[in-house]
Amino acid sequence: MSVIGSDNRNLRLGVRYLVLILIALIFVLPLLFMMMSSFKPSDELLRDTSSLRAFLPVGQLSLDNYSGAFERAPVGLFVFNSIFVTGTTVLLSLVICSLAGFSFVFLQWRGRDLMLSIILATFIVPFETIAIPLLLEVSKLPWLGLDGLSWGWLDSYRVQIIPWIADGLTIFLFVQYFKGLPGELIEAARVEGASWFQIYRRVVIPLSGPVIATAAILKFLIMYNQYLWPLIVVQQEQYRPVMVGLQYFFQLNPAWGEIMAYLTLITVPVLAFYLVLQKAFIASIASTGVKG
Amino acid sequence: MRSSLTSANRAGWAFALPGIVLILAFIITPFFLGVGFSLTNQRLISPNATRFVGLENYRQMLDIAVVDLQAKTDAAGKTVKDAEGQAEFPRLRSITRNLDTPQYHGMQEWFRWVSGNTAHVVIASDVVFWKALLNTCIFVLVVAPVQAAIALGLALLTNQKLRGITIFRTIYFMPVVVSIVVVSLLWRFIYSGQNGLLNNMLSLLSFGHFQPVDWLGNPHTALGAIITMSIWQAVGFHMVIWLSGLQTIPPTLYEAAAIEGASKWQTFRYVTWPGLRHTAVLVLIVITMQAFAIFAQIDVMTKGGPLDSTQTLVFQAVQRGYGMQNIAGGSAISVILFLIVLVISMIQRWLTRER
Repeated sequence: MSVIGSDNRNLRLGVRYLVLILIALIFVLPLLFMMMSSFKPSDELLRDTSSLRAFLPVGQLSLDNYSGAFERAPVGLFVFNSIFVTGTTVLLSLVICSLAGFSFVFLQWRGRDLMLSIILATFIVPFETIAIPLLLEVSKLPWLGLDGLSWGWLDSYRVQIIPWIADGLTIFLFVQYFKGLPGELIEAARVEGASWFQIYRRVVIPLSGPVIATAAILKFLIMYNQYLWPLIVVQQEQYRPVMVGLQYFFQLNPAWGEIMAYLTLITVPVLAFYLVLQKAFIASIASTGVKG
Repeated sequence: MRSSLTSANRAGWAFALPGIVLILAFIITPFFLGVGFSLTNQRLISPNATRFVGLENYRQMLDIAVVDLQAKTDAAGKTVKDAEGQAEFPRLRSITRNLDTPQYHGMQEWFRWVSGNTAHVVIASDVVFWKALLNTCIFVLVVAPVQAAIALGLALLTNQKLRGITIFRTIYFMPVVVSIVVVSLLWRFIYSGQNGLLNNMLSLLSFGHFQPVDWLGNPHTALGAIITMSIWQAVGFHMVIWLSGLQTIPPTLYEAAAIEGASKWQTFRYVTWPGLRHTAVLVLIVITMQAFAIFAQIDVMTKGGPLDSTQTLVFQAVQRGYGMQNIAGGSAISVILFLIVLVISMIQRWLTRER
C-alpha cells in the first residue's frame, strides 16, 4: 500500500517537473535558436529550421557571422555608445533622484508636498505621449560646448542622457525606502553637528544598498533597451546605440546569420548580467511591482 | 528653531532642485507643449509661422459618419444585380463628392455592411487613425486578460515548494530582460513565411499536414502574431508581481483551508484569489498602460502593414510627428492616448480605493 502511495507521489512529482520543463522550453527555445544560429552560415541556418537541428550547435560552426556583422556596421561603436549612455544616465539618476528623495523625506521646506505630488503625477504620463513635443523642444535647446553656444540638442550624447536622468518612479522608490529608515539616526547625526549633505553622504547612502540596486537595475533595463527616443533624436551613426544600430540589418533580403550574431552579441551580456544578479533582479521587480 | 527651519528650507530646495528642474523641463513642459501643439498647425521644420487652429486637428481625426447607399434600380424599379447575384450599389463618390452633402467631403470608406438593398458605409476623414485606434484597443483587450491569466498560472506553478523551482522562475523571466526590439527582429524570422521556424516546427509536429502561413504578411494573422510575441516577452514580469502577491497571503489561511478539507479549486477560490485582489488590479493596469504604448514591435516587424492591419496609436503618432514632420497631428494623437491612459488610471484609483 505504502509502496503504491510513494510511486504515485513520484509520478505526480514527475508530471509537475514535466510541465515545468515543457513551459521552460517555450521561453528558452527561441533564444537558444538565436544563439545557435549565430554560429551557422546563412544557408545552413535556413535549412536547419526544418528540424530540431535549429536548436543544436551542429554543422559548420564558425564566428564568420560575427566578423560579418562587424563589417556591416560599426558594432563596437554602437556598443560603446549604449554602454556610455546607459552608464552615465544610471549614475546621474541615482545621485539626483536620491538627493531629491532625501529632501522630500528628511527636510522641511516650503512647497515640498506640492512638488512631491507633481512629481508623482508624472507617473501616469507615458513617455510615448510626450516623445514628439519633447523632440521639438530639445531640437531648440541651447548648449554651451567647447565651440561656444550652439542651438539644438539633436545628434549628441546629451540628448540621450539628460532628459532621462530624473523620473518619478526612481524618486518615488527612494522616497519609499527613506521613509522606512529610522529617523533617530538622522536626528542624532544632526545633534552631533553634521551638515545635511554629510548626513546624506555618510548616514543615509550607506544604508541604501537595496533601493540603489533596485533603481539601478530598472534604469539600466530601460536605458539599454531604449529604441523610440534614440530613433528620433539621433541621425548620425556616431551617436547611435545598439538597438537603433539594428537598422543596418533590416533589408529586403536580410543576412540572417549576421542578424542572429548581432542580436546575440547585444543580448548575451544582459542575459549574463541577469543570470548573475537574478535573485536581486526578481526581488526588485517584485517590490516595485507591489508598491508602484 | 527658526534659523534651523530656514536653513532646512534652503537645503531642502537645493537637494531637490536638480530633480525638479529636470522633470519640469523634460516631462511636464513637453506634456503641456504637446497639448498646445495639438491645437496648432505646428510642423517640425516649416517656413510658415505656426497658427492656432483650435480643435481642428481633433475634428480632422475623429470625424466619422455612417452613410447609407441604396442599391441601384433599373427603369422597372428592380434591383440591379452584379455577376455574383449581389445587389449593386452606387460608388461612394456619389456622396463624398456630392455638392449637396459638403459635410462628407474628403471622407473615405472604413468598412461597410449590407442589409437588404441598403449598404451602411462607415466613412471617416482619417481612416488610418481609426484603424490604429481599433487595433490598439484590440491589442489591449486581448493582451491584458490573456497575459495576466497566463502570468497568474505561471506564478501558481512556480509558487510550489519543489527542488530547483527558482531555476524555472529564472527561465520564465528571461525574455523580460531581452529588449523588445531584439525579440521583434528574432521573431520576424521565426514568423517568416519562407524557412520560418514556426511554420517548420508546426509542420514537423503535424507530420507535414500544416500549411505554411506568412504570419506577418497576412492581414488576418499579423496582429495576432504580434500579440503572441508580446505576451511571450513580458509574461515573466507579471508572473513575478503575482508571485510577490501570493507571498503576502498568510500561510495560516491555507492551513485552515486544509483542515476544513477544501479542494484545490476551493482553496484557490476562497483563499488565494481574494488575497490577490490588489495585485490583480495592479497587474491589469500595468499591462494595460504598457500595451497602449506598443511601438517597437510594430516598427521592427510590420511598419503598420499589411493593409494597416497592425497600425497603432503610438506608431501613428511617431509616423506623423516625426516621419511626416507633422508635430501637431502627432501631438493630437498623443493627447488622445494620454486621455485614454488617464481614464484607466482613474479607474485604477477607484478600484483600489480604501473602503
